[in-house]
Amino acid sequence: MFVVIAGAGRVGSAVARFALAAGHDVSVLDEDPLSHERLDAGQSTSWEDAGGRFTVGTAIEIEALTEAGIAEADLFIASTNGDNTNLVIAQIARKRFEVPRVITRVMDPGRATWYAEQGLETISPTKVAIEMFKEALGPEAR
Amino acid sequence: MYVIIAGGGKVGWNLARELIGKGNEVTLLENRRSRYLTIEQELEHAVQYGDATELWVLERAGVQRADLVIAVTGDDEDNILICQVAKQKYLCERIIARVNNPRNRQWFELLGVQPCVSATDLILRLIEHEVPSYGLVHLLDLRDEQLEIIEVEVVETAPAAGRMVSEVTLPEGSLIISVLRGGTGFVPTPETVIEAGDEVLLVLDPGLEEAITAHFAPAP
Repeated sequence: MFVVIAGAGRVGSAVARFALAAGHDVSVLDEDPLSHERLDAGQSTSWEDAGGRFTVGTAIEIEALTEAGIAEADLFIASTNGDNTNLVIAQIARKRFEVPRVITRVMDPGRATWYAEQGLETISPTKVAIEMFKEALGPEAR
Repeated sequence: MYVIIAGGGKVGWNLARELIGKGNEVTLLENRRSRYLTIEQELEHAVQYGDATELWVLERAGVQRADLVIAVTGDDEDNILICQVAKQKYLCERIIARVNNPRNRQWFELLGVQPCVSATDLILRLIEHEVPSYGLVHLLDLRDEQLEIIEVEVVETAPAAGRMVSEVTLPEGSLIISVLRGGTGFVPTPETVIEAGDEVLLVLDPGLEEAITAHFAPAP
């Protein structure tokens, strides 16, 4: 499977390394060249030597998305640090590039819920954390 | 009319002031605390502090009863999101979005955020209008209808100069609708002779501009 990941922060870079180790083709896009270090950290070979791709560019720019290979992607993951950027580029991936599967990271539970209702596959770490805290409070708190 | 404006920059603040002056009810949303406090000294209750891309901030501003939502923040993704949510979630009938980077205009259109306004594009249009060597002026773009109306000044060396309208073989999908000569305009007949110095108005399918200028204002 060919995976394109926009945003190589803590989440994006970890998912990228996992996907590459699992045998997928992985291309990462980030506007910060330094984010490349997160892909190399703790690895014996560099990201590129291990077979990964890395593009420096802004995720909303069509040239950057194209260079990262979005047109061929089987899976697109929007994991930049901006909820609105993720929601916009995820829709671009679906509507313009017809990527078969698109997953979007949305911190705000409100937007994550509504856009999920509109058919976007969203993951909200905040929502997950809230549920875990509720769980930790025990059954008597519910 | 009740108008919500997202983004209290120069554009948003001035828009709010003008719309209030015209008797509208306005809520301006600004998410920078210090900027909000500055605006609040003038607009008082007509400005609210908060991130307009947060659904509860829009709801607190009364987005459900808004007649118009205008997104003029400095961030194109934010503007797209605000308008998309206003239109599709809160069923606001009219939206207007600001495009900061003209290259993002295609995404506004792709995601149904229309109409959208780009200051850069507006200034480019003015340049077209003010710099005659450019030759061709876009008067009107009917994007949904896939038509545009342009104005072009006929130069001395133009193939069309001195010919009757019926003799000028324009590309399919274009039509001369008016000729401006000596300060007045008229609708030409097939026998009208086009003269150098005339300004010709045409309606055409988008993309035919170059074929049109070849007839009236070919590149030297």
